[in-house]
Amino acid sequence: MFRIKTSGLYPTLLCVALLIAFTTEGGALASSLPETHEGAYRSIWGINSRIAVWMIAQTHLFFAAFVLGVPIFSFCIELVGIITKDKRYDAMAREFIRISMTAFSFTATFGGILLILLVTLYPDFTSYSLKIFGPVMIVYAFLFIVESFALYIYHYGWSAMSDGYLKWLHLFTGLLLNLTGTSIMVLANSWASFMMAPSGVDPETGEFMGNLWAVINGPLWNPLNLHRFVANIAYGGAIVGAYAGFKFLTAKTREGKAHYDWMGHTANLIAVIGLLPLPFAGYWLAKEIYAYSQQMGVTLMGGIFAWVFIIQAVLIGAIFLGVNYYIWVGLGRVSGGEKYRTAIKFMALLLVACFLVWFTPHTIVMTGAEQKTLGGAHHPILGYFGVMSAKNSAVNIMILTTFLSLLLYQRVGKRATASWALQGNAVITALFVAGAINVIALGVYGYLVPANVRIGLSVPQVATTLLVIVMVSVINYGMYKNPDKGRAGPEWGKMPVRSQYALFLIAISFTWLMGLMGYVRSGIRQQWHIYTIMKDNSADSFTPTLGYAAKIVSLNTLLFMAMIVFIFWLDNMGKKRAS
Amino acid sequence: MKIPGLIKSVVIIWAAWYGIVYLFTDLLGAPIPASVMKMYMFFIIIGVFMAFTADEETAEEIFGPFRRLLFDRSHRVLRSIVFIVIPPLVFMVTYEITRPTLDAPVELRAVHPAPPSSFMAFGKSFNMLTLENPYRSLERGKPDKFREAVNEGRTVYYTNCFFCHGDKLEGKGHFVKGFNNPAPANFREVGAIGQLQESFLFWRIAVGGPGLPNEGAPWASPMPVWKDFLTEDQIWKVILFLYDYTGHRPRTFGK
Repeated sequence: MFRIKTSGLYPTLLCVALLIAFTTEGGALASSLPETHEGAYRSIWGINSRIAVWMIAQTHLFFAAFVLGVPIFSFCIELVGIITKDKRYDAMAREFIRISMTAFSFTATFGGILLILLVTLYPDFTSYSLKIFGPVMIVYAFLFIVESFALYIYHYGWSAMSDGYLKWLHLFTGLLLNLTGTSIMVLANSWASFMMAPSGVDPETGEFMGNLWAVINGPLWNPLNLHRFVANIAYGGAIVGAYAGFKFLTAKTREGKAHYDWMGHTANLIAVIGLLPLPFAGYWLAKEIYAYSQQMGVTLMGGIFAWVFIIQAVLIGAIFLGVNYYIWVGLGRVSGGEKYRTAIKFMALLLVACFLVWFTPHTIVMTGAEQKTLGGAHHPILGYFGVMSAKNSAVNIMILTTFLSLLLYQRVGKRATASWALQGNAVITALFVAGAINVIALGVYGYLVPANVRIGLSVPQVATTLLVIVMVSVINYGMYKNPDKGRAGPEWGKMPVRSQYALFLIAISFTWLMGLMGYVRSGIRQQWHIYTIMKDNSADSFTPTLGYAAKIVSLNTLLFMAMIVFIFWLDNMGKKRAS
Repeated sequence: MKIPGLIKSVVIIWAAWYGIVYLFTDLLGAPIPASVMKMYMFFIIIGVFMAFTADEETAEEIFGPFRRLLFDRSHRVLRSIVFIVIPPLVFMVTYEITRPTLDAPVELRAVHPAPPSSFMAFGKSFNMLTLENPYRSLERGKPDKFREAVNEGRTVYYTNCFFCHGDKLEGKGHFVKGFNNPAPANFREVGAIGQLQESFLFWRIAVGGPGLPNEGAPWASPMPVWKDFLTEDQIWKVILFLYDYTGHRPRTFGK
């Protein structure tokens, strides 16, 4: 009952806020750009308004990403269960949704708090935004109610709707849950993208021009939609993986360990599937930001925030290393996994080498003596690693290596039965080698051509990687379509404890990364609430120092992870009571 | 004889460290700064650890000696020695890291300062979102006029800019020794003007060091405010010359 109450809180608050916005004179829409007036910025109990909104918004987004990601793959796994008639999939899909139930309440609660904070601490900004987006927010509130209904039917009706046509009806409810959830996300994205790249309003006065679609469909809306959609799947997988790791470590029985090992493996697989296309989606968003505003683009990647991108690179690398390590250790579950030991060492070497290139900064932190030796903060050799040509090549090779890890894992313990297996392996090897050569050659070529062409080269690089992944998958599927059944499958539960810490590393790195990049995305607006339309005239209208921002993001990550552990603990307690 | 995994991993880590130092310092003559080297070595150690602990057999070769050192009765003497040696070692390292030195504090430098959305110069406002080089269209339309403009830009460059940015635009002019950090921009470098739109260069040259944005401050750029010394036309022409000489193309977006 508590959950129902808190989930209803958000749309209720939203409607109240809309009423306030429509019935008060904010002084926002004037003949010149909308301005904040005296009293536009408030503070409660001396708490810094910016930090309060920052931390609550980020926590809301952490939970939102999790609860939007989980139903996507829960739906897919349930569908697989129906098709294969394997009840284990159904049970796992149900457990995924069960974990996210409490998180739904947290999402709604933090969304409500965020709205209260915006209305009370930033009334002028909120009033202006609500006047522009009023109708969108009504649809948003309505969708939220539909989503809640779909969620409760999906979760609580799982047992009652487990057979016959009712099962398909249940699956349809899951689809409805995903459709409404994704729609909610894209509507909320339109507010965030409007703040960065406003459209559909008069650039001179900020007045609404009458076409709401033009406001929603801004230059950054779709890149943001795609990036968040893919990231939510990866993030949902990472958090569920951490849950499985937690349960694996605390499981007392062999069956329990086996179940949570399988769950962790599946969650990691989902995180990988989301992770592989994520750099490309992020790259598209960054490119569009640069195309929209040189100022925001330069601030993002070449200016002060470039240093946050170094941390981002390190965290992305940590995720790649964690994901691969988990897969490599997982080879020990299956008899025959030991034959890949040498391959693992080479893959580790390749990953680390690419990783070093991936995070090498363009301009380096140096002591005075080092600068004197090198003649400046630019390193004559490492400087080449600092540009996108090198970084794109490195990340594509990292993606291909991760895919190779998955391929080896999928093959272990099986024997290809296709008559053309030998030729198939030769073609797969050739595809990997040719793909890697093409990616590196395009990267090197990037140094010889103008920046416009160089940026465009990322497209064939990505296409090469995706082509290799698709073609190898198809060939591999053909080779192992009817595997030798005589061989033993994975021995679930036979995983060393250290592998579970890799799952924690992935979840924490993802969370930290989201916090940092969320800050950067918002921070590049600099002194604007709404870029070029509404100025931030508060005392906080400055870019925080990197260390300060990193501390806030780290604190936020810590608090979120503490809440996640609390949710896991609640789940454990609920299960104990049930048993 | 089989070499134990722990020894193998230590040798690999040492070889990686030595190899990087030898390659960059001795062969290439450009030593790797400590900040980068620390990051490199941290992740090399992580990578070696991953490779050697991915399967149970080699993992035992790594963890086994530590477990025996910590828990095996026969290792009591060695354990005591290790526990006595570690604290002073940690103290020494901590002292070395934290002790005050006479070196200037390390500063993070932004590669490209972010331009404003608009700025004032020559008595008018320039909108950075729409600002374009008025001479760029001549490149295709009137190539002779374009060459003329480039040549005028060349004269502007060698009269004003080359003292710092160098004869060959490589950032090594006569005055370079006077200000080491930041060094004058090397226009030939792949990550410099090729990454930027011409409007960025116009703003950067016009406002110079004092006009840099508050974000990312403190700046240490000695770049003069060229709008006080050059005309608007001269700045656009010298930009043409910079791109022409280096072979880079100005950054544009096909929208």
